[in-house]
Amino acid sequence: MGVTQKLGNLGVVTTTLETAINWSRTGATWPLLFGLACCAIEYMSTQAGTYDLSRFGMELNRASPRQADLMIVAGRVTRKMAPVVRQLYDQMSNPKWVISMGDCASCGGVYNNYAVVQGVDEIIPVDVYVAGCPPRPEQLMHGILTLHEKIRGERIVEWA
Amino acid sequence: MANGNVYGNIAPAVDPVEAIKAAHPAAFRDVVEFRGETTIVVDPAQLRAVMHYFRDTPGLIFNVLSDISAVDYWEPTGYGDRPGRFGVSYHVYSLLYNRRIRVKVYVDEDDPSIPSIITIWPNANWLEREIMDMMGLVFTDHPDPRRLLMPADWQGHPHRRDYPLGYETPQFSFNVEEIMKHKPFAQE
Repeated sequence: MGVTQKLGNLGVVTTTLETAINWSRTGATWPLLFGLACCAIEYMSTQAGTYDLSRFGMELNRASPRQADLMIVAGRVTRKMAPVVRQLYDQMSNPKWVISMGDCASCGGVYNNYAVVQGVDEIIPVDVYVAGCPPRPEQLMHGILTLHEKIRGERIVEWA
Repeated sequence: MANGNVYGNIAPAVDPVEAIKAAHPAAFRDVVEFRGETTIVVDPAQLRAVMHYFRDTPGLIFNVLSDISAVDYWEPTGYGDRPGRFGVSYHVYSLLYNRRIRVKVYVDEDDPSIPSIITIWPNANWLEREIMDMMGLVFTDHPDPRRLLMPADWQGHPHRRDYPLGYETPQFSFNVEEIMKHKPFAQE
């Protein structure tokens, strides 16, 4: 009995390695389980039943940065918290992405003062910015889908 | 319970202002009555003796330290007729007589040191650390004089009125190029 017979009449799909890897990466982008302020509340409701992030394979929030692919910075980052956020980012294994959720994480928001970092992009590189104060779950999901588009466009030659 | 009180025989309540005037006349500076609240201004050097007196004297027994707060009275024109730039208020409460007073000391910026009262009320520990951190006052004999709120390597004391607010120009579409020129971006 040959291989073709064993597989049945499934047919053959050809694709590139890039597409296959990027597809698998978008399918299970596990976020790091942490929230810094009120944006985390919207983030939690995005996770919950009504909006249901598990449709995108993201139902699993990893509490350890070693097992997470995506960091969603939900809330304002104070200057005291900044080294901690940077350390969590450094502990995440590649490939890793960052979504800056909300105005405070993106640019400081209303907290234009000495104690808050004016944009988390000053301490970690950000892939997608989500505006809003706080963003609605739809907006966060749009940010996640935008990140999926970005991941699908990644090239092996750029991995280095 | 000879007098019908659940606490048994307790000393009748004493007026704290008259008591401190009689017991520590050298420490007493001023008294302010405002909307039924009493503020007693005392000499910072004798703060510990005054606090011990308020806590332990029968008829006073201010046994709870509710809060310590500090004010910076600095203004461009000076700080008026106050004896010092900084005012530190100790809000104490008597569970036994159900009343509160405020004990206040003034210190100037040349020597902003106040005796620590941790040995009298242990909960003064973090309250004093917060004032040390945010206002830059020194509590002498404090066992753990670290910053409480700001990072350990922070420069300056944010609640002082001459501390810069750290304001950054908000970014709009008309000035985005100007801001992007000097905005620090993190690297991988």
